[in-house]
Amino acid sequence: MLLRHTSKEVKEREGLTINPAKTCQPIGAMYAALGIHGCLPHSHGSQGCCSYHRSTLTRHYKEPVMAATSSFTEGASVFGGQANLLAAIETIFSVYEPDIIAVHSTCLSETIGDDLQQITRKARDDGKIPEGKHVIFASTPSFIGSHVTGYSNMLTGIAEQFAVSTGVKKNQINIVAGWMEPSDMREIKLLSKKLCVKIVLFPDTSDVLDAPQSGKHVFYPKGGTTVAELQSTGDSIYSLALGPISAEPAAIALEKKCKVSFETLDIPIGLTATDRFIMTMSEVANVNVPDEITEERGRLVDVMADMEQYLYGKKVALFGDPDQLLPLTEFLLDLNMKPTHIVSGTPGQRFEKQMRQLLDERSPETNFRNGLQADMFLLHQWMKNDPVDLLIGNTYGKYMARDEDVPFIRFGFPILDRIGHSYFPNVGYSGSLRLVEKILSAIMDRQDRDALEEKFELVM
Amino acid sequence: MEKITILEGRQKQIFEKKTGAEQLDISCDTSSLSGSVSQRACVFCGSRVVLYPVADALHLVHGPIGCAAYTWDIRGAVSSGPELHRLSFSTDLQEMDVIYGGEKKLYHSLIELIEQYKPKAAFIYSTCIVGLIGDDIEAVCRKVAKETGIPVLPVHSEGFKGTKKDGYKAACHALMKLIGTGSTEGISKYSINILGEFNLAGEAWIIRKYYEKMGIEVVSTLTGDGRIDAVRRAHGASLNVVQCSGSMTWLAKEMEQKYGIPYIRVSYFGIEDMSKSLYDVAKHFAERPDIMEAAKQVVSEEVKELYPSLQKFKKALTGKKAAIYVGGAFKTFSLIKALRSIGMSVVLAGSQTGNKDDYARLKEMCDEGTVIVDDSNPVELSKFILEKEADLLIGGVKERPIAFKLGIGFCDHNHERKIPLAGFVGMYNFALEVYQSVMSPVWQFAPRKGVKI
Repeated sequence: MLLRHTSKEVKEREGLTINPAKTCQPIGAMYAALGIHGCLPHSHGSQGCCSYHRSTLTRHYKEPVMAATSSFTEGASVFGGQANLLAAIETIFSVYEPDIIAVHSTCLSETIGDDLQQITRKARDDGKIPEGKHVIFASTPSFIGSHVTGYSNMLTGIAEQFAVSTGVKKNQINIVAGWMEPSDMREIKLLSKKLCVKIVLFPDTSDVLDAPQSGKHVFYPKGGTTVAELQSTGDSIYSLALGPISAEPAAIALEKKCKVSFETLDIPIGLTATDRFIMTMSEVANVNVPDEITEERGRLVDVMADMEQYLYGKKVALFGDPDQLLPLTEFLLDLNMKPTHIVSGTPGQRFEKQMRQLLDERSPETNFRNGLQADMFLLHQWMKNDPVDLLIGNTYGKYMARDEDVPFIRFGFPILDRIGHSYFPNVGYSGSLRLVEKILSAIMDRQDRDALEEKFELVM
Repeated sequence: MEKITILEGRQKQIFEKKTGAEQLDISCDTSSLSGSVSQRACVFCGSRVVLYPVADALHLVHGPIGCAAYTWDIRGAVSSGPELHRLSFSTDLQEMDVIYGGEKKLYHSLIELIEQYKPKAAFIYSTCIVGLIGDDIEAVCRKVAKETGIPVLPVHSEGFKGTKKDGYKAACHALMKLIGTGSTEGISKYSINILGEFNLAGEAWIIRKYYEKMGIEVVSTLTGDGRIDAVRRAHGASLNVVQCSGSMTWLAKEMEQKYGIPYIRVSYFGIEDMSKSLYDVAKHFAERPDIMEAAKQVVSEEVKELYPSLQKFKKALTGKKAAIYVGGAFKTFSLIKALRSIGMSVVLAGSQTGNKDDYARLKEMCDEGTVIVDDSNPVELSKFILEKEADLLIGGVKERPIAFKLGIGFCDHNHERKIPLAGFVGMYNFALEVYQSVMSPVWQFAPRKGVKI
């Protein structure tokens, strides 16, 4: 087995990370920028960064992913990357014709001290940005935080650099989307429509990274939040940030710049997180919850009741990103399951505190760690010491699942070996129902596989 | 974006073969233009893919987490034994390390890892910022080597210091330090090293078997299913057989200079080139005619079985057109021949890292009207695929969804191939994969190549 290299004994490591449960900032920035219509993400650094991020996103979505690079050379690293970025902005607008270039930095450009604000201002002053076009930027050094930080930083940059307050309020609510899939964003839009609430969702990667086969390679697919929509966020009556880590900073920026008050919620994964989302939407927009949604909820609760005996006490190990792990853990507890080990490579006290609070109240014996050395190696060691019935996490979990012979559900980023995440949501009541179905199928398939002949049941 | 233009400044990297046209003078070996949506990667990537298959070595990436995360087990380089190479080890450099240096972290990480896994050697990859913050990797490696007694080899693969090819060279440089440190006792006079074969989907095993059937001893495969001990005694071989010329020719030249081992360039793709790679080795050992006899025997047995099985594919695929965009140019030559043998012509041929000679040879091989490109991008590729009405694209991970969106077949001839495409059996697999994709019923339902159905 591949992971026979994992030792059972857990030792504190000095600085070393093995099998990371995170990656670096720029890919998050690239993903966020892809949710803006007509936007070309631009990686200000070496060619490899851009190539790796595009490859990973392509493997995750099985879609073409377009992004440009400053293609740093030795010269640039000595004299600074300003010339590269200015040249890049010029070529991109003349050849690839985006409406927006979203520049993010890398460890290289950050370390040599390139100032993106100054360089983009110079590009504007030098007339390199055509009329009606935009260059926005975010600082995303790879040696701070994780891919989630990069997503959050780009999202904040988008909010800061586009939102305009005209003084006339618009009857709409901003939904700042934390890191979720195109399918999830589509579901958020659908739920808002059912609630009859007008929203501006940003970013929005639906119809970008789940584009239909068209016989053409469309460089800028039809989806994504438009510039006009982004500008109007400054006039919205309220913002809901879905995700304290990945979305809240953008809502704070909006409040600062345009005085749009906000509230932060979890990404609506699971019953109670969705309840909070629906209730808050209904309160801030002053609308009634339609029967259609109440019935959706009822169907989810019905299934949870029908199947409670198969869920009770099942031990789960999970790893991934903060804003997904919080509501997912809560949902597992609501399902009467037992989150046993939780790991996230993304550092941050806010997340640590919130997760601890949830666990202290409802599952104090759970192992939990985030940040440095909170990697899959540690998770695997924990699983060896205290085995679980189910593993939930991104594709890299398959090594541990195989080694420990544990049922495995793919959830999070990246998923490189299955499809579905682009098309079927995990958010809302219907998304949560899908999640329950996946959990049950994994557990019950295993029960069937392992059942003794006499215990092999037809009706379950 | 309806109109498709060629990126200004890229004209020199594109050429269309026409009678009476000017002499080909393609510009290559240059870095990509700032602002292009290039399909290329970096120096680190080059080093990582070359050394990655050495399965009993420790591979530690010294840098922020991304470089290690993105190269974690991405290449299907199969090992018959240890699998230490499939784990991801990183020093996960943080802001404080960038300010105060990462040497201490590197040292501790190395000691911890070597203690735990007892690898035969360790490769330490430097990434972009390591080159800037000035960590003395050489010194740390020397210290750890002394303390642990295993070779600890720095790989100078800072991403910005050149192109992917420079990364190959940095990797070869590290290998060169190992070669010559093992015993060559008992190695046959009729022996080779297989260079530039990475055992994707088990391809090295197939090739190795052919040579062994000819009575040739394979001392070392660099680096497919690689072992440190085998690398250390590679200088005992009589001949180096180099595939994937882009990555390993430098090593072959170094070995020739230092150990007097001659080398030949080969390719294992397609019947013609596969057979030639066996005959060329046999020719080298001309004093033993039985080796040539054995080579002929291998080829005739394999071809006898393969040839009839290809006819079904050839019948279906005759007249179809292919576009090729792969990493190294040498592979393109073989692919053109292999495609011809199943009735297909090539309308676009390009590579990320070809050199002047490669492109000159490509021009010679190609049919009239074929477009030749260096370091292309999605816009160009789509443009030429549509204009030249290709039915198939051969490329890597980033090109696959483009082909499918355009409504044409695709064959992965890069790191992600799941079935062996090398050797005689590989030719069958290749033809099958091309046939499956090009002839797939799905294209009936798709608006093809921008035309509505």
